[in-house]
Amino acid sequence: MRLKRITRGEWIFRIVNTIVLIGFSLIILIPLWTVVMNSFVSQAEIMRRGVFIFIPEEWNLDAYRLLLGKGSNVYRAYLNTFFIVTVGTALNLVFTITLAYGLSKRYLKGRVFFTGMIFFTMLFNGGMVPNYILVKSLGLLDSLWAVIMPGLVSTWNMFIMRNFFYAIPDSLEEAAFLDGANPIQVLVKIILPLSLPSIATIGLFYAVGHWNSWFGAMLYINTNTRLPMQNILRNIVATTSAAALQDVDTALFETMQSPPPSQAMKAATIIVGTVPILVVYPFIQKYFVKGVMVGSIKG
Amino acid sequence: MRQQRQPASPSLLPAKRGALYYLRKDRFLYLLILPGLLYYVVFKYLPMFGIVIAFKDYQPFMGLEGIFSSEWVGLHHFKRFFMSQFSWQLIRNTLLISVLKLFWGFPAPIILALMLNEVRQRRFKKVVQTISYLPHFLSTVIVCGMIRTLTSTDGGLINLVLTLLGQEPIFFLGDTRYFRSILVISDIWQSVGWGSIVYLAAMTGIDTELYEAAEVDGASWLQKMWTITLPGIMPVVSIMLIFRVGNLLSGGFEQILLLYSPMVYSVADLISTYVYREGLVNMKYSFTTAIDLFTSLVAMILVLGTNWLAKKAGQEGIW
Repeated sequence: MRLKRITRGEWIFRIVNTIVLIGFSLIILIPLWTVVMNSFVSQAEIMRRGVFIFIPEEWNLDAYRLLLGKGSNVYRAYLNTFFIVTVGTALNLVFTITLAYGLSKRYLKGRVFFTGMIFFTMLFNGGMVPNYILVKSLGLLDSLWAVIMPGLVSTWNMFIMRNFFYAIPDSLEEAAFLDGANPIQVLVKIILPLSLPSIATIGLFYAVGHWNSWFGAMLYINTNTRLPMQNILRNIVATTSAAALQDVDTALFETMQSPPPSQAMKAATIIVGTVPILVVYPFIQKYFVKGVMVGSIKG
Repeated sequence: MRQQRQPASPSLLPAKRGALYYLRKDRFLYLLILPGLLYYVVFKYLPMFGIVIAFKDYQPFMGLEGIFSSEWVGLHHFKRFFMSQFSWQLIRNTLLISVLKLFWGFPAPIILALMLNEVRQRRFKKVVQTISYLPHFLSTVIVCGMIRTLTSTDGGLINLVLTLLGQEPIFFLGDTRYFRSILVISDIWQSVGWGSIVYLAAMTGIDTELYEAAEVDGASWLQKMWTITLPGIMPVVSIMLIFRVGNLLSGGFEQILLLYSPMVYSVADLISTYVYREGLVNMKYSFTTAIDLFTSLVAMILVLGTNWLAKKAGQEGIW
């Protein structure tokens, strides 16, 4: 590419740079690798080979059988997560897009006031207890809506969306306005088709946020069967094995001669909770990177 | 409807009109933003009025009316917090953990971006980047689960390495000496790759002619990095820094909630984790709302202050 001689110092730098980056990649990958391998380890193999196994000799699927067996809570948890991700993201998008589009119209009276009012919530909030009292008074406790409603609009995403709309030239809408269309029709028929990539990006931000969230459900949901996947993960991964067993296939567990070791259980749970994201990861990565870059541009 | 519509040209309208006129003229636009605004009023502003319980003696059983009818106690809860033995420890932990994460975690993605920027083989660069983004897509619950597994005393990778080196295994998550380091390291592990995107994007925006001119002048790679690349990404660095400082008092709440235990409260308990335990688990509503209000105000001052400083220093602020 560049026609120039490379100095000795630069050669050394490049080699060191490459080695450090390979080392860095290994630091990212090795923990992930050990989790995957751990999930296949049986109690017998641990007794024979010691606790740390880089590649198991036999691939034991007991942990997965317990997690994905009939009596397991994992399916219901995934259904809950699915509901939160789909319904939540759809509502997020509707509320965010309408608000962002309205606020992107510079001639709208009160725009500065509304924008300021929204921006202020980034600086100051009511705090954990008043929020809890609110959710409780609205009668949302112990339902999935308690997880969806309080985060309906992310101010950050709304401002990113508004910046997308700013970038669309007014001339595209004017013809429609002259034909007597109202802003709602213009938004649906002209603006939305034009901003599909941006909407996909923002939608992904919301969806991954819903997918990963657990604290809201921990606060507001008491019934075990209404908990989303992350909370089941947390129960199994972060608590003692006895408490976690209520979430797996208990009937199968009782018939097992030697149940999988707790580290295999935990590792398998992590895998079950991660695989869906890893499957879509290659496809969504591009949108995410784009979104981050747009977000970093001043609004 | 069709005759009065004149989008994007307010200057053509007569100078003074009443609010009703605009409400009618742009009724569809107001209709569009109404649901969003309602959300902000209900879910963001109503709780702000709930803050009054910080100055009252409110009990959870009092229900909604209790917010109004409960007794005023002035600054009692604030005094109690600052007099208690916990307050200093909580403030210190909150600040220290955030500052440690900022000190080690803020430069990390910049360094990674600089290193990636020097890579000439595109494929290698792409592979490293893709690997480095990966942890960002794992949830906090999963990353914390992995930390538990990796640091565990029965079979954790880190303790295995220690035993191979002839050391005694260490229960890291229960040890006050190591807990904060684990927080910082896992934070960097998860966010460094993702954080580097912004800087890499900023680097591609730097004019290549600058590098060519520098090469003609015989500049080394180090000089180029120091005098062209770094100044070129400074505006982005300053904006990112303002955001980090703004989050100084809130960062890492979930991570700590998932990893800590009473054994390490003395080094790990944050204001926010304490508010959660005392407020929502032990139901001391008024007391913890007072603590929250104090933290929110300090956080707000921090953002406004850094933004002001950044502008003072000739960098771009966030607004």
